[in-house]
Amino acid sequence: MDLELILNSLPKLLPAALVTLKLLISSLIIGLIIGLGFAILRLNKNIFINKFAYGYSYLFRGTPLLVQIFIIYYGLAQIEYLRSTFLWAIIKEPYWCAIIAFSLNTGAYTSEILRSAFQTIKVGVIEAGKSLGISNKIIFYKIQIPIAIRQSLPAYGNEIILMLKGTSLASTVTLMDLTGVAKYIISTTFKPIEVFIVAGSIYLFMTFCIHNLIKFLEKKYSFSN
Amino acid sequence: MELLAFGDTGWGDELFYATLMTIAVSITAMLIGFLFALIFTPLKLSKYKIFNFIGNFYTTVIRGVPELLVIYLFFFGGSGAIMFVASMFGYYEYIEINAFITGSLAIGIISGAYSTEVFRGAVQSIDKGQFEAAKVLGLSKFTQFYKIILPQVLRIAIPNLSNVWQITLKDTSLISVTGLVEIMRQSYIAAGSTRDPLFFYSFAAVLYLILTFLSMKLINRLEIRYSRGF
Repeated sequence: MDLELILNSLPKLLPAALVTLKLLISSLIIGLIIGLGFAILRLNKNIFINKFAYGYSYLFRGTPLLVQIFIIYYGLAQIEYLRSTFLWAIIKEPYWCAIIAFSLNTGAYTSEILRSAFQTIKVGVIEAGKSLGISNKIIFYKIQIPIAIRQSLPAYGNEIILMLKGTSLASTVTLMDLTGVAKYIISTTFKPIEVFIVAGSIYLFMTFCIHNLIKFLEKKYSFSN
Repeated sequence: MELLAFGDTGWGDELFYATLMTIAVSITAMLIGFLFALIFTPLKLSKYKIFNFIGNFYTTVIRGVPELLVIYLFFFGGSGAIMFVASMFGYYEYIEINAFITGSLAIGIISGAYSTEVFRGAVQSIDKGQFEAAKVLGLSKFTQFYKIILPQVLRIAIPNLSNVWQITLKDTSLISVTGLVEIMRQSYIAAGSTRDPLFFYSFAAVLYLILTFLSMKLINRLEIRYSRGF
C-alpha cells in the first residue's frame, strides 16, 4: 500500500470529480426534460405517436451506453452535411457529445419511470379534480405532476446513481473525468489498488449524498405529512 | 452490404464471431455472478452483524462505483495480484492473464452484486411458514433448500434476474477497453480500417438490440415455466 500515492492523487482526482458532477447535472436536467416529453407522448392515444415514444425508449435501453456515445462522437462527424451546419460546433466537442449521449440515455429511462408513475395515479384523483371544476391543464400541473414526482422518486434516485456511474464512459471519448484521470494515474504509476480506493471512495461519497438527498425528498413529499 | 460480406472482403464473419464472444462473456460473467451471489446472499441474511457487514460492503461498493473503474482495476491489477500470489510459491516469471478471464471476472463480480440483491429480496419475500413447514416435515436441510425454498425463490427472482442479465450483457461492451475482441472492439477495429464508424457502430447497436430482444423472449418462457401453478 502506497500511502504517498493516495495523498498525491487526491488533489488530481478532486477537480476531475467536478467534471463528473458537471456532466451528471447537465445530462440529468436535459434528460428530465426529454423524459417528461416522451412520457407524455407515451400516454398519447394516437398509436403512431405512442409507438414512436416506445421505440425511442426501447432503442436507448436495449443498447449499451458505450455504443451510443461512439455513434454520436465518431459516427455523426462522418455525415458531411452536418459539418456545414452550426451543429458541427457542438458535435466536434467530446464534452457536448458525451452530454448528448447521456441525456438521450437517461431521458429514455426517465420516460419509462414517469410513464409508470402517471399510469399508477388513481382515476378518482383526476375525477375529483374535474368535479371541483378545475381545468384539465391545472389538473395536470397541480395534481398529476406532483403525485407522479412523489411516485417516481425512488426509481429516479436509482437512475441518478446509474447515470453517475454512466458518466465514467466520458473517459472513452478523451474527456478527463474522475475515471479518466484515475486511469491515467493507474497507467503511469501501475498502482491500480491505491488509485481505485481513492477514486472509488469519491464515487461512493457522491452515491451516498444522492441516496440521502432522495431519502430526504421522499420524506418531504410523502403523503402522510 | 459489401462491408458485411463473409470472408476476406468484408467484416461479416469477424462480427459474427465477435457476437459469439459477447454471448460467451455474458454467460460466463452471469455464472460467476451467481457464484458470488451464492456466497454473499447468505452473508447478507445472516444473524451475525459481521457477516452482514461483509455482504453489505460488497454490494454497496460494487453498485456505487462505475463498472469501468472496476474493469481498470482488474485489467491493470489482475496480473500483478496473480504474480504476487505466484511469488509466494517461488514463481517469479511474468504472468499474463487472458483478457477473456479478466473481463468475465470483472463483469461477473459486478453482476454478482446485483444478483445478490435480487436473491436477498426473493428469499426475504418467502413466507416464514414455508421454512417452518419444511422443517416440520422432517426434511433434511439439503432437501428443504433445494425442493421447498429454491423453486419459490427462482419464481420470484426470475423477472429481476432478467434485468441483471440485460445489465450484464450491456456491461460486456466495456471490456472492449481491455482489448478482448467482442462486438464493440470488433466494430472499433472495422470502423478504424474502413473509416466508416457511423455504419459499424450503428450495426453494433443493432446486434445488441437483437441480443436483448432474443434474451427477453427466452426469459419470458422461463418465467412461464417457473410460474406453473400460480
